[in-house]
Amino acid sequence: MREITYRQALNEALAEELERDPNVFLMGEEVAEYNGAYKVSQGLLDRFGPKRIIDTPISENGFAGLGVGAAMVGLRPIIEFMTFSFSLVAFDQVVNNAPNMFTMSGGQFNIPITFRGPNGPAHQLGATHSHATEPLYANAPGLKVCTPATPRDAKGLLKTAVRDDNPVLVLEAELLYSSKGMVESPDEELLIPLGEAEVKREGSDVSIICYAQTVPLALAVAAQLEDEDISAEIVDLRSIKPLDEKAIFDSVAKTHRVVIVEQDRPFCGVGAEVCYRIQKNIFDELDAPIMRVSQEDVPMPYNERLEKAVLPNAGKLIATVKRVCYA
Amino acid sequence: MQRPEPRDEVEMLALMLLIRRFEERASQQYQAQKIGGFCHLYIGQEAVVVGAIAAVREDDYVITAYRDHAHALARGTSADACMAELFGKETGCSRGLGGSMHFFDRSRHMYGGHAIVGAHVPLAAGMAFASKYRTEDRVTLCFFGDGAINQGSFHEALNLIALFKLPVVLICENNLFAMGTSVKRSTSLKQIVDRAEGYDIPGEIVDGMNFREVRDKLAEIVCSIRKDPHPAFVEIRTYRYRGHSMSDPASYRTKDELEKYRLDDPITRLRAQLTREGKLTNEKFDQIDKHAKETVLAAVKFAEKSPELPLERLYDYTYVNSVVAGVSPAKPKESAADTAATTR
Repeated sequence: MREITYRQALNEALAEELERDPNVFLMGEEVAEYNGAYKVSQGLLDRFGPKRIIDTPISENGFAGLGVGAAMVGLRPIIEFMTFSFSLVAFDQVVNNAPNMFTMSGGQFNIPITFRGPNGPAHQLGATHSHATEPLYANAPGLKVCTPATPRDAKGLLKTAVRDDNPVLVLEAELLYSSKGMVESPDEELLIPLGEAEVKREGSDVSIICYAQTVPLALAVAAQLEDEDISAEIVDLRSIKPLDEKAIFDSVAKTHRVVIVEQDRPFCGVGAEVCYRIQKNIFDELDAPIMRVSQEDVPMPYNERLEKAVLPNAGKLIATVKRVCYA
Repeated sequence: MQRPEPRDEVEMLALMLLIRRFEERASQQYQAQKIGGFCHLYIGQEAVVVGAIAAVREDDYVITAYRDHAHALARGTSADACMAELFGKETGCSRGLGGSMHFFDRSRHMYGGHAIVGAHVPLAAGMAFASKYRTEDRVTLCFFGDGAINQGSFHEALNLIALFKLPVVLICENNLFAMGTSVKRSTSLKQIVDRAEGYDIPGEIVDGMNFREVRDKLAEIVCSIRKDPHPAFVEIRTYRYRGHSMSDPASYRTKDELEKYRLDDPITRLRAQLTREGKLTNEKFDQIDKHAKETVLAAVKFAEKSPELPLERLYDYTYVNSVVAGVSPAKPKESAADTAATTR
């Protein structure tokens, strides 16, 4: 194990998969000569050459669709969106073409493609650049959606995504690219299965269910709550779809209280689905109503103070935890 | 570069007739409510796809839009599998999961059947990208209608195709109408082929009612692409005799216009050429036509008696190679048919 950044972890994952399988290529805006808008693809052009690390024009629908077509005939494209806010321009390719092909062709064409890039609100980018797209994509049958929060998960999930025979979205956390964490050494193969949550911290009083950018938030809050004698268990979903129901239910059966903290908006958000499944399956385990902390239901304001008010934060999360603990 | 052996023209005429008889029978079965959803017929346009297919190899890639029955038939998908697909049966070319607009046949390199206008042109770019990536000399034939040329995905794809010099023949089947809107009312160009010029792609206009012209022009283009990968664009001028779909009476055009095109019918035209050259007798033609009609009728019988995909396999075609926890429910039982979709 050694400590590396989330960005380096993704870079290692890309390099290892490109090295392993000649059918894998990386395509997107600024991925090659510029070394990636967020430097995730740093050095890959030098190492793998322009045949496999391919710059595109600003043309998301075009190159996302190109990826789907290449996957139909056996390549394994990794398509980078500079941010997933821009993937909305390619929504038809990601939602209509990639996941539907296997069904519509009666099982003849699966689409082994990875769409990846930063996702979720960053810092003062305004409404168009701050989308948390996970509920949009998790709603489409045929897609898999994962949301790594640590360098280790970023590497392990991206590598698994590239090897998956279905279309997988790796929604990277824009604010976490420079965050550090312990990751296995590069000579150790690190694959983290899609659909496996991880308990990032054990606790006994309340389950805080989180993913992506809300994981570090939840961990920080758990440390604070400890001072007030509230023991919070932190369940990082890691994958939104498939969803690890067992890990969620196991934690809830232990703590009997749940707060879901999510980076998306409340209406039809990820938390709504998680909440539904908990109450449907283990209603009797609950000692309090399930609560959610999400964004406010408004387009993201540019103003810094207002933006902070829209996003989940420690104050909101602590207050919500106390409500479910009747503390 | 050797061109493939020219396909026998009488066989190609038989293929055009099979397509026409298939579509006529599909129309009848649609009216009898054996076929659901939308159903877009190819009648009048047969020389386009048959001419194009006659110019390529079996391993070249073919992809098209939603008026796709003919493309599958021309690729060699059986009338049985095509009709069964329209009937929604498991024996259909997409197991009854695709329907009229989503015909696929992997073994014959028929890559669909795509129903969002223009959205498959980027896919064609990807298929051709893969050929070039693997240094194969395959060519991708990408068919689309005149309605696709104003869609963003079309423009994005053309730019990428030109930029990456991809081996694609972009085939615009210009039948003058995007649903009910004429090219005149939809497109800011005097002629569609000029779209290609904007992307520095060579373009040509081809008479789509003339099988030989389509085949020869395409053969020339494909031969040039195999030598050195590059895109090409053809605007093939054709006409559909029927409405946009089964529900369209086509009241936006005149009977005179339709009659004018019917007089130039592609099947009649090839038949006359072959007869004049002594390659076809009336008896032989009648025999071919009879065979086409019988094939299609047998296909209806096949489709009728074919099974539907069993309900317990509803979730088998969403994800490949994986049981997805939290997504796939316990397989719904046949008896729970009406609640299957909501019991998660």
